[in-house]
Amino acid sequence: MKNLDSVLAAYLAGWAIFFVYYVSVAQRMSTLREEVERLKSLLTKGK
Amino acid sequence: MGIIQKIFYLHVSSALSSFVAFAVCFYANLRYVFTRQAKSDWLGVSAAEVGLAFIFVVLITGPIWAHPVWGIWWTWSPRLTLTFVLGLLYVSYLLLRSMIEEPDKRALFSAIFGIFAFLDVPLVYFSIRWWRDQHPTPVIMGGPGSGLEPRMRVSYLLMWGALTGLLILLMHARYKLEALRASVEELRREAEVQ
Repeated sequence: MKNLDSVLAAYLAGWAIFFVYYVSVAQRMSTLREEVERLKSLLTKGK
Repeated sequence: MGIIQKIFYLHVSSALSSFVAFAVCFYANLRYVFTRQAKSDWLGVSAAEVGLAFIFVVLITGPIWAHPVWGIWWTWSPRLTLTFVLGLLYVSYLLLRSMIEEPDKRALFSAIFGIFAFLDVPLVYFSIRWWRDQHPTPVIMGGPGSGLEPRMRVSYLLMWGALTGLLILLMHARYKLEALRASVEELRREAEVQ
């Protein structure tokens, strides 16, 4: 089928962008959660 | 046009979803300027970043469609140029935020910038109605003679519904991230005081 490769490329690229963006949000979230835990334990020790 | 037409569903739905995200960003920015509530700032940055992801999809799927149909990947026509500028404006919005450390100043400056950045959205939307353009004429709300064939309309609405769901999900996740970032800044300040 003519141009099927273009259609596949467009959909792959599109969904890849959404997936990579979601992964980047999840990773940043996980880093911040670790930072919250670290700061909370630091503050508890300081009291 | 053949099977290449199928790109339309992802391309146009992503474009409309990005406009929705930028409209939410505009509303949040205006709200921040008048109320100075941190939550409006969080909503603004969340909507801008998610809208940017959608506009990247538009800027990538467009040339993939254009190459076999037009014989070129890109042309600097009004619609394409204004869409490219829209992407650059929201990249600048995020860069501006990363350059200002003081939270209130960062929120206010980016809100003002965001309000002006949104002015490009109606320009992108109306560009193919106002000026001659290589880009296809509008098929949705394009006036007499425009419109989608019924089966195409169902596919299009399904795709737009799915992408709107994804938009809400991503904005919700990004908003939670921003709230967490604010908690970290607060805890850091407490730790510095101690």
